[in-house]
Amino acid sequence: MRLSTSRWRVIRNRARQNPLMVAGLGVCLAWVLISLGADRLAPADPMHQSVMERLQAPSAQHLFGTDQLGRDVLSRVLHGGRTSLPAGLLVITSATLVGTIFGALAGYVGGLWDELLMRFTEIFMAFPIIILAMAIAAALGPSVNNAVIAMIIVWWPNYARVVRSLVISVKSNEYVTSARAIGASPARILFLTVLPNCLAPAVVMATLDIGNAILIFAGLSFLGLGPEPSSPEWGRMVSDGIDHYDQWWLSTFPGIAIFTVVMALNFVGDGLRDLADPRTRKAVR
Amino acid sequence: MSLHQFLARRLLLMIPLLIGISLVAFIISNAIPADPTAANLGERAAADPEIVATFREKWGLDEPLHVQYLTYLSNLLKGDMGTSIRSRRPVSEELGRFLPATIELATFGILVSLVVGVIFGIISAVWRNRLIDFIVRILSLIGVSAPVFWLALLGLILLYLRWDVVPGPGRLDARIRPPPNVTGLYTVDSLLTGDWRTFRNALEHLILPSLVLGAYSAGLITRITRSSMLEVLSMEYMTTARSKGLREWTVITRHGLRNALMPVVTIIGLSYGNLLSGAVLTETIFAWEGIGRYAYNAARTLDFPVLMGVSMLIAIIFVLMNLIVDVLYYWLDPRLRQA
Repeated sequence: MRLSTSRWRVIRNRARQNPLMVAGLGVCLAWVLISLGADRLAPADPMHQSVMERLQAPSAQHLFGTDQLGRDVLSRVLHGGRTSLPAGLLVITSATLVGTIFGALAGYVGGLWDELLMRFTEIFMAFPIIILAMAIAAALGPSVNNAVIAMIIVWWPNYARVVRSLVISVKSNEYVTSARAIGASPARILFLTVLPNCLAPAVVMATLDIGNAILIFAGLSFLGLGPEPSSPEWGRMVSDGIDHYDQWWLSTFPGIAIFTVVMALNFVGDGLRDLADPRTRKAVR
Repeated sequence: MSLHQFLARRLLLMIPLLIGISLVAFIISNAIPADPTAANLGERAAADPEIVATFREKWGLDEPLHVQYLTYLSNLLKGDMGTSIRSRRPVSEELGRFLPATIELATFGILVSLVVGVIFGIISAVWRNRLIDFIVRILSLIGVSAPVFWLALLGLILLYLRWDVVPGPGRLDARIRPPPNVTGLYTVDSLLTGDWRTFRNALEHLILPSLVLGAYSAGLITRITRSSMLEVLSMEYMTTARSKGLREWTVITRHGLRNALMPVVTIIGLSYGNLLSGAVLTETIFAWEGIGRYAYNAARTLDFPVLMGVSMLIAIIFVLMNLIVDVLYYWLDPRLRQA
């Protein structure tokens, strides 16, 4: 009991030291709740078209205005998180998972496998993410699923490299030698001894990357390689603004949505990184 | 290791990398699409048996995969990246036409991000935990969090349409004719011909797009300069420099910055790749006739050979850029030369 109180105190102190991280967590949570409850929160059906009400400026009736088909922009922004947030999360979790498996094996086994993996990932890293993802998404055909698949294909090598270098540094620790000495199998050592000690940096990197993934996904859907044209997705909605410069609300509000989510995720990622780094943590007790 | 040995080593290492890049491009263009013929020729041309037969023969599509790859590689070495479905012209020819515009934009973008990023990073580190540090950190986070296509649209709506402080989309005003083509970079070509009016106009047109394009890298460089500068500031040689009675400014720039900039140099190579990706979105909005806009139009019409061509070209530029960075690094860090 005493331990848990003191642990709470540590968490509270750290939170006080890092108000931006707490604010970031709050914004992320808010967007998750908004996305979950979008059907109830939205004043109108995001797909409902009304030609009579097209391109109306923000007003009491339509707080964020209406788009070129007379759809309520606020309702569409509130629904937008339903595509972008899971897409970003799915890309990063899958990329982390695949990258961790390959990176851990390469780092642990070493030798030829390691060399091959490193060269392989270098090739992928030479291609800029969005352009390779564009090519893959175009080859597979534009859709949310294909955009996500394309991004995973491009993203996992980053994690493979990071996890590999973490595994190499962790496996030289004495507790790993001890595990080997008591006869633990290589698989057991890798998955139960080495990998858990590599998780923290990988998680920090993943948190910082979710925002990035949401940006790239929005970029792909802005380019028309994500969800179908009519669906309420933030990147897609910003692209509606290209042909309507005077109707600033078309691109401004969905853009703010992307921006707040990504900024909040960056706050959280930065905070986690500071917490994980003993040099910045030592001031907190 | 001498510079020549270093360069030779790096160039040799590039060969497997370039082969790998071509292999990935081959897999994406031949293995992923359900029907590579339709993906590369477009629906209409794929319906014409004669065109299909010529295409299959040229790319060796009836041969086993490894032979197909060798055909692909030999076509590539001849500079043949296929034909654009939309314009029916060779992709490599069009890439050559659009590349200078992108290089001009990306170079200005990297200059903006370097200047802004390094200055902000130093300010933030020197006045750590003060109000100015807080403001700079927030600004850098905005830079890395705001979607580039959104910044571009907002920039155009506010700075061009509302306040009219920057010119509209495009590389030049409609009334100004492009300078004679020497390098393809309007700023350089107009300078070469001594045409100041065109030079000024081209420069004005570069302001907003390069600011937008450089925003992400500027944020990244600010963050890296700050953390690297903070580390350097706590070093003993900084105390030594101060105890010698040097002025604070000299200590920070001559002793601090020079050492803190090493990680920044590394990030330039990576940033250039980011800039080239960002160019797809920025060029689309600013009607900038570069390879980014070319790729965007290709993506919209599913012009697959063009997308592959752009990917390959950018990957190669990225690899070359990193080679330049490595050489720069070697030149800057005496420890590497002794190793």
